[in-house]
Amino acid sequence: MTTKPKFAMYWAASCGGCEIAVLNIHEKILDVDANFEVVFWPVAMDAKYHDLEAMEDGSILLTLFNGGIRNDENERMAKLLRRKSKILVAFGSCANEGCIPGLANLRDSRDIVRTAFNTVSTDNVSHVYPMHSYDVPEGEIHIPKILPILQTLDQVVEVDYHMPGCPPESDQIAGVIDLVIQVLQGKAELPPKGAVIGAGNSTVCDECARTRNVKSIESFTRIWSAATDPALCLLEQGVPCNGPATRSGCKARCPSAGAQCIGCYGPAEGVLDYGARLVSSFASVINASDPETIDRILDGLPDPAGQFYRFNLAGSLLRAGRPAWEREPA
Amino acid sequence: MLPRNGLVSNEVFEPTIIGFTCNWCSYRAADLAGTARIKYPPNIRLIRLMCSGRLDPTFVLKALANGADGVLITGCHPGECHYIEQNYKALRRFQLLRRTLAGFGLEPQRLKLVWASAAEGAKFAAEVASFTEEIRALGPLQWGKARSAQTEAWEEALTEGMEVAA
Amino acid sequence: MTQRITIDPITRLEGHGKIEIFLDEAGDVANTYFQIPELRGFESFCVGRPVEEMPLLTNRICGVCPEAHHMAAAKAADAVFHVDPPRTAKILRELLYSAFYVTDHATHFYALGGPDFVMGPDAPVAERNILGVIHKVGLEIASKVIQARKYGHTVVEVIGGRKVHPCTSIPGGLTKGITEEQRREILEMGTWAIEFAQFSLKLFNDIVLGNKVYVDLILGDIYTHRTYYMGMVDEHNHVNFYDGQVRVVDPEGREFVKYAAPEYASHIAEHVEPWTYLKFPYLKTVGWKGFVDGKDSGVYMATPLSRLNASDGLATPHAQEEYERFYATLGGKPVHQRLATHWARLIELLYAAERWVELASDPEASGPKFHTIPTEKPTEGVGIVEAPRGTLTHHYWTDERGVLTSVNLIVGTTNNYAPISMSINKAARSLIKKGTVVTEGLLNMVEMAFRAYDPCFGCATHSLPGQMPLEVTIHDAQGNPVRVLRQYC
Repeated sequence: MTTKPKFAMYWAASCGGCEIAVLNIHEKILDVDANFEVVFWPVAMDAKYHDLEAMEDGSILLTLFNGGIRNDENERMAKLLRRKSKILVAFGSCANEGCIPGLANLRDSRDIVRTAFNTVSTDNVSHVYPMHSYDVPEGEIHIPKILPILQTLDQVVEVDYHMPGCPPESDQIAGVIDLVIQVLQGKAELPPKGAVIGAGNSTVCDECARTRNVKSIESFTRIWSAATDPALCLLEQGVPCNGPATRSGCKARCPSAGAQCIGCYGPAEGVLDYGARLVSSFASVINASDPETIDRILDGLPDPAGQFYRFNLAGSLLRAGRPAWEREPA
Repeated sequence: MLPRNGLVSNEVFEPTIIGFTCNWCSYRAADLAGTARIKYPPNIRLIRLMCSGRLDPTFVLKALANGADGVLITGCHPGECHYIEQNYKALRRFQLLRRTLAGFGLEPQRLKLVWASAAEGAKFAAEVASFTEEIRALGPLQWGKARSAQTEAWEEALTEGMEVAA
Repeated sequence: MTQRITIDPITRLEGHGKIEIFLDEAGDVANTYFQIPELRGFESFCVGRPVEEMPLLTNRICGVCPEAHHMAAAKAADAVFHVDPPRTAKILRELLYSAFYVTDHATHFYALGGPDFVMGPDAPVAERNILGVIHKVGLEIASKVIQARKYGHTVVEVIGGRKVHPCTSIPGGLTKGITEEQRREILEMGTWAIEFAQFSLKLFNDIVLGNKVYVDLILGDIYTHRTYYMGMVDEHNHVNFYDGQVRVVDPEGREFVKYAAPEYASHIAEHVEPWTYLKFPYLKTVGWKGFVDGKDSGVYMATPLSRLNASDGLATPHAQEEYERFYATLGGKPVHQRLATHWARLIELLYAAERWVELASDPEASGPKFHTIPTEKPTEGVGIVEAPRGTLTHHYWTDERGVLTSVNLIVGTTNNYAPISMSINKAARSLIKKGTVVTEGLLNMVEMAFRAYDPCFGCATHSLPGQMPLEVTIHDAQGNPVRVLRQYC
């Protein structure tokens, strides 16, 4: 009896959506079971960190790593899993580009603890804050240290493949699993190292069924402020839709459901900085040529940094806002 | 109080400025300033685009990420673009980019858009000079680099600044 | 020198956590610490975002229960704009939510908590998981579970746009409705879901309640605590996951308080400890007395068991029958045995399926009016729903453009942080004594103490601290501490 190749899935600073997306391949989970031995997957089974450390380097064939690198435990796990794995996939938006928690990079991470530990419902008159290392009567206990900025997986270790999406859609995950099984059976080749897998080569606009005409808007529309035409391009109606710069592969589900694309599949092929590409797209649809009118129209976009870098901040060229880099000592 | 960004107070800060100039107007203006021996500060490194409308916001981000303290974009006056309307595109992009970068904590004054025709060599030089001084007053940006210097400084300061209990 | 046992990470739940167990010289448990090591910072980095993005941003607090955050955010955003969505929108939101409850409770029972019972608490690690369960119970049952999840997520996708991280709730309602054909399909799936729920209850009855060892475990003292219980109820004091008032009963089952969403901060406060990133909510008027049971301690629980305890019943007939059987079997209300939560969860699964059918049977579900455009100026609002893991509160303040200026979140599992810590402590003390051989299976039984709560620590750890204040202890040559330097940020 041949031993099955080993499989692992791990979550760093993540939400668990990638795990659910994998479970949502439904019956195909049985194909995973038939073809792999799952050795480490905290949501689903009980292997602990010491079990992982005891495994031989390179002994895990395939590891899907989701979640961003927020603290030193995430960083340690990224390096550990890189050592233990032959193929390491940055799985989902967090690992690839930081995703929503990457928005924390616009601020000094210390402001964030101050906010959380001083909310209107928090009882903290003595201003106690969590400590990396703390002496309780019985001994010293630790919690991970938060790193000053959130990083993507490939900013800390070498990544073999990138699978984008928040989360990657289950039909795409099923397709990738099929491919991997075919590779195991010698019927297919792995794509070149560094490739984006489980996604398309174009933009969300290409998958969107709405009609597109020349876009020429005189104001931006907040989605709740007017009834939109479900058959017409949202950006054309002034709704800030990130479709033009976002990678395809999701079947444009959100625009099909009446909601703007918020960009969870990351940059389209060939895009160096996702937010910059959106600045161009959005600027190009504005029907105005003098600074004052342009300003007035742009006032309809109250949060351009968030709009253009919602998922992509940590993976962008600038990676973080100044408050994150330039921290005065307390 | 620790010095910001590792500078000692008696060093003069020399800004690094990237200038994206359009071939037909402002780049020619820069040339004109050169041939007319009109001095302007050497802090600016010029990059020639065929048109200000060629300016991809990515260029600005790359400049900032790689050490520019300020970015100057120059193009033809409205109505005089060699390619008819493309400078208006630059204008729209520039305004949206500046707002976006404000969300990153970048002072709007670090990004400037100036119209200059091919004949305006003196104007070009004056704009560069005044922009250089504005950036000097704002101080170094050192995008991303502040973290490593700051982390060490911060850890020292922690030792100094700690309250002694017990 | 105290001996210590570390369980890291805890597994078969959503999120991160670790358990430190300290033993004294005798070999008994001196103390336990349940630490949450993660934080991301939603309350901070959502400031500056337009409020209509919150149903989308807060989805990413938790990808296992994004629907809960999506709904709480939608209701809070409605409140910010002082807008009341049309009936069709409310039906559809609650319908999505009911179908989600079926998938979520099924996922927990079969994949997260269930393996401890189906495979046994000390079965080998390689088998004590969903794949082991599938091998043991067979493909037919596995297919049913897969089908239940598939149907539930299909409803989420039809109404919510996507299976994970729905996108259709906006201030004032939804971005789309459903067709009459979709309504009928959803109704059919819901009818099947009721059968599935009844099947799951029967399975629980056979495998768990039919096994004396498990019954003793459930009824035993090691997993039992007497605390306050919280859950959302409708105007008849029946459990409602989507809307109503929050009701708290004391350890004897008497109503302690019932409040509407905007009043939450008068009743709930959050205690802080320096050894964990998560805070401990407690009842403000009772006060924080530490990790202790009883009427004088402000500790409260918010779980399926709590919801049944805090209610006067369930609004649908089959679930109500099960509710009555539950309390009759366990000796009356309230039930304090935490492992009974697994049973309560399946009763809720049945209620959710019946509610799914009720809502899908309403002809207005496929009605044309799914959005009311807000006309009032945005200010401040609170939205509360029952997440599967507990009462979920979203509180937003915005400027006049509807851009967030402040955010406060009290998340499902956070409510239970103190009770879970207490359950782990008690389980460890009962299971590990002088002379006990501590095996992996035994440590798993300590973990079973938290698994009953179906924790979601991704949810709980939405907030993010920045730089750690440091505490440095200087020891002399003999190891005695001589100086403690402390800096708080």
